Amino acid sequence: MKTIDVSVITDSIKEMCIEANHFLTEDMKCALDTAAETEKAPLGKQILEQLQENMKIAGEEMIPICQDTGMAVIFMEIGQEVHFTGGNLEEAVQEGVRRGYTEGFLRKSVVKDPIYRENTKDNTPAVIHYEIVPGEEVKITVAPKGFGSENMSRVFMLKPADGIEGVKNAILTAVKDAGPNACPPMVVGVGIGGTFEKCALMAKRALTRPVNQHSEIPYVCELEKELLEKINCSGIGPGGLGGTTTALAVNIITYPTHIAGLPVAVNICCHVNRHAVKVL
Amino acid sequence: MDRHISVPLEKETADSLHAGDYVYLTGTIYTARDAAHKRMQEALDRGEKLPLDIKNNVIYYMGPSPARPGKTIGSAGPTTASRMDKYAPSLLDLGLMGMIGKGKRNQAVIDAIVRNGAVYFAAVGGAGALLSRSIVSSEVIAYDDLGTEAIRRLEVKDFPVIVVIDSEGNNLYETAIQDYCTE
Repeated sequence: MKTIDVSVITDSIKEMCIEANHFLTEDMKCALDTAAETEKAPLGKQILEQLQENMKIAGEEMIPICQDTGMAVIFMEIGQEVHFTGGNLEEAVQEGVRRGYTEGFLRKSVVKDPIYRENTKDNTPAVIHYEIVPGEEVKITVAPKGFGSENMSRVFMLKPADGIEGVKNAILTAVKDAGPNACPPMVVGVGIGGTFEKCALMAKRALTRPVNQHSEIPYVCELEKELLEKINCSGIGPGGLGGTTTALAVNIITYPTHIAGLPVAVNICCHVNRHAVKVL
Repeated sequence: MDRHISVPLEKETADSLHAGDYVYLTGTIYTARDAAHKRMQEALDRGEKLPLDIKNNVIYYMGPSPARPGKTIGSAGPTTASRMDKYAPSLLDLGLMGMIGKGKRNQAVIDAIVRNGAVYFAAVGGAGALLSRSIVSSEVIAYDDLGTEAIRRLEVKDFPVIVVIDSEGNNLYETAIQDYCTE
């Protein structure tokens, strides 16, 4: 058994909120570099070069990559041999977000109630997803999610008869409807199967997979490649102002489902596809 | 075509802009997003004055991240404009000459742009660190309690935007996509 004081969780999450909002992962940087080289539209190429410069400025001057520093989505994969001491785990996570967003000069974008909309002024609460896994490690993923792209995300409860063509249509529909609103080039996270909430969570999780990796399931891998190609034929392009780079990756996760259903969730992320990962 | 223009925006200047023009703005603009628009609309509904003289001005749909000590502003890129579609036509009818945001506008906004000879610009979404460099000063002038959503007066220098919807109703989002669509 391993003992972890929850203050370590707070400190880690604080640092990760700041890191994720100023530095993209290496796979995202490479994908943007490649896009800037291959984009055919002159204006699209210019926009991609601006995004590269933006990232450079963000890291050098510690200005967030995007002013929408997101609602903090946190995945906690907790080994079942881990014992937490020193306080309440949930509160420790929220405290990490609170400190990260206030001490890191990140924008406070969370309102206390969806209707009355009073800003909580410290970007809490985060949305936390816990998972109990074997072992004695804790893996934390902090994924601040901007709402320009979140607002364009969709859940489709398809019929089994719709099959793989129905799934393709659903994903392409979501991406085309998102268009310029979602700050393309996008990363498209997809969940197929499970239940209503399971597919949405898989779509969110899929966004945290490196954009240079494909599913290990052969047909899903092929589906990811085919959809990326189709999306990039849409013409939407960088900033939605025309071009050959509309998405950088399509990441799909699947799960068993019910005999009566074929749920599909499409969680769209902009080019600022942020996440920081740490294992304790 | 690259253009350098000053803001507030004269009607003649707005009329001369065309969808697809790359424009550098220099002068004064104002920020307002969801909550500030709601309050401005409520003020208008009550017959009250707006906290800024809307005539010939340009509103930037933007809520910045906090400035670090010694800095003018934090990250400062555009937010999705369609959330302001509900409020934009009445502001355009009051003389608002330009809007800076990202993403599609509805038909009511496009009609109001044409009716008033105004213009809708896009700034590059997700380039908030880069765009902050073109902002020379920032001052909250109304609704301070809204935090990032307060109305700010910004002095900008060569702030880069692209004309998406011009005063004739031409829409770059529709035409540019067709140029590169290979479906």
